[in-house]
Amino acid sequence: MLATAIVVFREVLEAALIVGIVLAATRGLAGCGLWVGAGVMGGLLGATAVALSANAISAAASGVGQEILNASVLFVAVVMLGWHNVWMSRHGRNLATSLAGVGVAVRGGARPMHFLTAAVGLAVLREGSELVLFLYSIAASAPSTSGDMLGGALIGVAAGIATGAGLYLGLLRIPASRLFTVTGWLILLLAAGMASQGAAFLVQADILPTLGERLWDTTALLSDEGALGRVLHTLIGYTARPYGIQLLFYLVTLLAIMGLTHVVNRPRRGAVSSNATLPARSTAQASR
Amino acid sequence: MIKRSLLFTLSLLSALTIWLFSALPAFAADASYTLKIKDHRFDPALLEIPAGKKVNLTVANLDLTAEEFESHDLKREKIIAGKGQALITIGPLKPGTYRFVGEFNESTAQGKIVAK
Repeated sequence: MLATAIVVFREVLEAALIVGIVLAATRGLAGCGLWVGAGVMGGLLGATAVALSANAISAAASGVGQEILNASVLFVAVVMLGWHNVWMSRHGRNLATSLAGVGVAVRGGARPMHFLTAAVGLAVLREGSELVLFLYSIAASAPSTSGDMLGGALIGVAAGIATGAGLYLGLLRIPASRLFTVTGWLILLLAAGMASQGAAFLVQADILPTLGERLWDTTALLSDEGALGRVLHTLIGYTARPYGIQLLFYLVTLLAIMGLTHVVNRPRRGAVSSNATLPARSTAQASR
Repeated sequence: MIKRSLLFTLSLLSALTIWLFSALPAFAADASYTLKIKDHRFDPALLEIPAGKKVNLTVANLDLTAEEFESHDLKREKIIAGKGQALITIGPLKPGTYRFVGEFNESTAQGKIVAK
């Protein structure tokens, strides 16, 4: 029962943390729960489809179909997260000082939720397909103990969701004026970590070179396999034994999103600010 | 609006997937080995391979249920469907011992690769 709970918890954890961050990042947006819910549902549907075709996916592309699918899902999620950050920096910049202001911006026609809904869906898709396969395998392999296993699975799901909820509630304690700055950084690190994870899958598929098999080894300090290592793996892309190419993908993603954010954030001459009515103080505060 | 963004996400996903497919390598490995999974155990549980060489490892799952081959030492994780098999390319490895597990049945599915 405990073994089942642990495996399920691991699979749920990553998606739950991402959902927690996204929920906090969209706080105050009209119908944000609905958008995130749509992402989770879409992800679960996709996960079931992927699980059902696991054999076909594995066999595809000379046996590395799974790695290619994983990497693609991760990279598209990176684009979605980055896109959201760039959008926020442009439209949400001056509005971020008040939650209501962001709601107005969203009703005003620009909708950043698409990107985050897609990112949530992709995260759930990736982890969910493994979860579906695992749950199916315990249900099929040991009918006599499946009640016990089911209990373990439920505990694992509950613990995973509780961790995500804990992160969400923790983020909500941040004052509204700072919240979007913090979630912006979290999403940035999340995206960079995902890019590095995607690169590792392409190394596994023998498509990318490692550029250094083992840049460093901090397993003794903080193992990939422990709870904290796993949480940090999702949140900031921590890995105890990174390939060179993982660091490269991490840094390029970080710099690309920060660079784009900076470029669109640059005040343009002649442009009429839609937020001109806000006090100057909040503008200064937000752009700091 | 949802439809459009879903369409956009899916097309981006497929474009990337197809592009990566086209970048496929030739899988030039120096040696090939097969690892079986039966009753949630690896056979052989200890596999010796040459160090410094690229090795193709075929993992054949004889069980009805899926397994996830996972090795933090080798930095590999791959789902192997029930009654399915998967190819995992490893190495070139430095001499040493590399642990791997079947994540779905970690209590029994454990093994080691020794590179010599």
